[in-house]
Amino acid sequence: MKRLLFVLALIAIIATIAACAPAPTPAPTAAPPTKAPEVKPTEAPKPTAVPPTAAPKPTDAPKPTDAPKPTEAPKPTVAPTAAAAAKPFRVAVIMPSAKNDLAFSQSMVDALTKVQTELGKDKFEFAYTDGLGNVPDAAAAIRDYAGKGFDLVIAHGSQYGASLADIAPDFPKTAFAWGTAADTFASKGVKNINAYTVQSDQGGYVEGVIAAKLSKSGSVGAIGPVPAGDGNLTILGFEAGAKATNPNIKVAKTFTNDFNNAALMSQAAQTMIAAGADVLTGTSQAVVGAISVAKDKNVLWFGNQSAQTSLANKVVVANQVYDWSPFIKQMIDNTKAGKLGGEVMIGTLKNKVLVIDYNKDYALPADVKKLADDTVQGLIDGKIQTGVK
Amino acid sequence: MKNFDFSRLNPIIVPLIAGGLGLLVGALMLLALGANPLEAYAAMMQGAFGSTNSLANTMVKACPLLFVGVGTCIAYRCGVINIGGEGQLVIGALFATAVALTFQDAPAWFLVPAGLFAGFVGGAFWGGIAGVLKVKFNVNEVLSTIMLNSIAGFIMTFLLTGVLIDPTTADKAIKIPQTQRLPAASDLWRWVPTSFHGGILLGVVIAALIYVLLWRTTIGYRIRAVGFNPKAARYAGIAVQRYQLLAFLLSGALAGLGGAVELYGVTPHRLFSEGGTISFTSNAGFNGIVAALFGSLHPLGTIPASFLFGALLVGANSLQRTVQVPSAFVITLDGLIVVFVVASQIWAQKRSVKRVDEARASVVKAETT
Amino acid sequence: MISDLFSLNVLIGILTSGVRLATSYLYAAIGETFGQISGVLNLGVEGIMLVSAYAGYIVVLKTEDPWLGLLAAILVGMVMGVATAFISVTLKADQGISGIGVYLFGLGFSDLLFRVTVKSPQILKGFGDVAIPVLSDLPVIGHIFFNHNILVYGAFLLVPVAWFVLNRTTFGLKIRAVGQNPEAADSLGISVARMRYATLMIGGGLSGVAGASLSIALLNMFQQNITAGQGFIAVALVYFGAWKPYRVMLGCLLFSMVNALQLWIQTLGIPIPSDIALMMPYVLTIVALVFAARSVVTQPAALTKPFERGE
Repeated sequence: MKRLLFVLALIAIIATIAACAPAPTPAPTAAPPTKAPEVKPTEAPKPTAVPPTAAPKPTDAPKPTDAPKPTEAPKPTVAPTAAAAAKPFRVAVIMPSAKNDLAFSQSMVDALTKVQTELGKDKFEFAYTDGLGNVPDAAAAIRDYAGKGFDLVIAHGSQYGASLADIAPDFPKTAFAWGTAADTFASKGVKNINAYTVQSDQGGYVEGVIAAKLSKSGSVGAIGPVPAGDGNLTILGFEAGAKATNPNIKVAKTFTNDFNNAALMSQAAQTMIAAGADVLTGTSQAVVGAISVAKDKNVLWFGNQSAQTSLANKVVVANQVYDWSPFIKQMIDNTKAGKLGGEVMIGTLKNKVLVIDYNKDYALPADVKKLADDTVQGLIDGKIQTGVK
Repeated sequence: MKNFDFSRLNPIIVPLIAGGLGLLVGALMLLALGANPLEAYAAMMQGAFGSTNSLANTMVKACPLLFVGVGTCIAYRCGVINIGGEGQLVIGALFATAVALTFQDAPAWFLVPAGLFAGFVGGAFWGGIAGVLKVKFNVNEVLSTIMLNSIAGFIMTFLLTGVLIDPTTADKAIKIPQTQRLPAASDLWRWVPTSFHGGILLGVVIAALIYVLLWRTTIGYRIRAVGFNPKAARYAGIAVQRYQLLAFLLSGALAGLGGAVELYGVTPHRLFSEGGTISFTSNAGFNGIVAALFGSLHPLGTIPASFLFGALLVGANSLQRTVQVPSAFVITLDGLIVVFVVASQIWAQKRSVKRVDEARASVVKAETT
Repeated sequence: MISDLFSLNVLIGILTSGVRLATSYLYAAIGETFGQISGVLNLGVEGIMLVSAYAGYIVVLKTEDPWLGLLAAILVGMVMGVATAFISVTLKADQGISGIGVYLFGLGFSDLLFRVTVKSPQILKGFGDVAIPVLSDLPVIGHIFFNHNILVYGAFLLVPVAWFVLNRTTFGLKIRAVGQNPEAADSLGISVARMRYATLMIGGGLSGVAGASLSIALLNMFQQNITAGQGFIAVALVYFGAWKPYRVMLGCLLFSMVNALQLWIQTLGIPIPSDIALMMPYVLTIVALVFAARSVVTQPAALTKPFERGE
């Protein structure tokens, strides 16, 4: 039996080598710039002249060289000419979670909706695909939207970056954006990717300052999914702000390793409350479970990413809202002016991409509000540093 | 052709009709959502089969299903239930990652086979745990594989926020829980500019090999004898437990190999964790089981079944983008079609089941005599 | 820090959380036990929980009556249970696969309905905590066991009821009979199909309560994939419990208490990586079974096998 297993393994290896040996032609993953114009829009709706083959067999499929020539490529809206202004600016966005998650994904949908309200529905349209936790699926979506002639394709999730770097060169006339990230892949010769991120430690810091002032027990807590990303930045900022205000404060941190597990987040909140915490914060879409506990136990909550006041207006003190609309408008202007990428945009309190959104129904003591405003001002001026890398 | 027995086509036609009924229910939902079902399904077909690229995407999507599905065939034929594909895919991919990051400067002729073999070993290791637990400690495999799936997810996040993390973001608080891009030498051959990669061919070869193993070798006969009737097999002198463990090792190994192939073959050529296994597997560990069943638990039948299932997944995503319905519709449609097709098996398999049973009976007979 | 873990306060906290967390697993696992004893493996528990959780949520949101919500969740669960029975009993489909189908359907469909009807997450007022008079005043124990929402009490009351039904009633005997030896049961005039329909309806209804215990009692909210794998864990715990309600309960408690423990470990700042802490309940459940399962446990002989009347 063992012998046969060994033989099988050997065959598998040989087959592997046979099937997967490197291609004779060099095929680096970042498509060579010289080849770029030849690459046809993947999955793109072909010009109507191409007859839809009834029985598509891979062998009959048109070879890459038969692809529609770039000059005839059906991308009507990319040219930054005056004529383009007549057509609406079209944005497509790909998001990792549900678009109504009251967290990261929703912050982008809210911003797009805001821009649409400002510019008018005839001037600005957007399409979306949400719930794309799987990166290859997201890559397919990015390609598809780019092929459909959207002017700007936003990959709203740090996990999408590597795929975007591969895809963007294939669509040199489309603008792309990637967040949260600070890399436009310009060093690899990619010219049409913008990057946006947030220094969410700033908002977390402000929240931490208020939390430390409001906490009677001297114990606060922060819940996140994984110790990474903008959520981690927020939590570390929160801790720094709380400790700066009250050096003796206890800051509990719990990670659930799951962006969706509301039940576990709620138990994490229960545990923190049982351990004495009376002010909580958290990130990801699963915090709704924790907010529910905070509401039930009448424990204060600080929202993040999107405004979460609507969930519990008695206990939510304030939210750090990501308002991406300034970045979206900047990218629209850039794109219309022919600058498709290379912009790194970092959201801060200063440029008002980070907004501290106070709950009007919560009576924040005047001195605490003053301290919070001073902290915001200090962070804007640079007099206060959060100390988070 | 006049005397052709059309009922022999049942295993093909019945699932197609059932799938069509599932689509019909989906069409009603689309109507309720205010979308045009015709437009939606046209986009679905276009997205799955409409161009060379779409076909390539479909096959890429089908690839992990095929590996998991062929592994499932072995387990089911041996009478053990392996629903640990999710975890085995992830552990295989982690092993392959470790190889690629350890030998960063190695040439492709070494890195690709070594990495894929590592994935094979990793999957066997993870499947083997469930196998040993069952055989030695009498721990039911349904329990252990479910738990091992979750554990694999935690291990992945642990490694990706720790030792395996991309060094460029490792020291920042905003670090991304992912590895660096694996060295280009580890990439499988790809038919540029499509996404079609060599791992798909490997999957087909493996499916054929497993067919040979199960039906043309003594080991295969014994595996199936154990699955058909463990008592009779034991009576015939077959070490039942050893073959059950072997089935776990092999089915886990194939899932692990599938994970390595997915990693080396598909952009972004790196592992990313969002907590849990799903960000990497996209439920392939479960969908592969479904594909195996649609292929009548036959390795060769699993090939077209995976392809069609991949087409469903790719097409449904494309549908969502075209008619802009919530992405939840995609998963709903997926589930509907699985339910309809599995429910229709009674009509598809009436004949073939009988044949399989007869064949199995003769196997046991042959082993006992 | 580690010494903090051994204070009475923390111990009470762990046990209280454990009891509360065990609730949804318990309903789902006891329900699944009925189905498995009768010979049907229902992997679709997770999907049923999700749709029921949504049904309970939307009804409470519209009527503000948690009891109506619970009723809706049970009804939806039972309907899905019957559908599962139709597929796996009448149509004799492979149980594992149809379960995965039901899971995927439930995962997508509940989210779809939620998006169309509610749009944005909302927290509602569901079953609140009810302190049981006198008992809740007992030191230590009072807080751990007698200060919960009504569904928590129900879950633990369900265990002896399930034990009684399965072991001391004719109905229970019939369930066992069709799971152990359907041919013999059939020859005695017990309808195998009818019994399996009944157990799957019970299982579906209890999965419905499990879903509701999340959406209208524990969390008071609904969200995409709110169950996050609990249904699958519940199925695993049935194997842990070897089809005995009391052992199933022990499994549920073990799993949730270790989960509560790891949350305390993180909250107290004990330096164990969060992923390793999170892994504990899963690993310990397996390890516990390694020691418990030495005594040979035989599963219902006809589990996963559709019944075909002899020809």
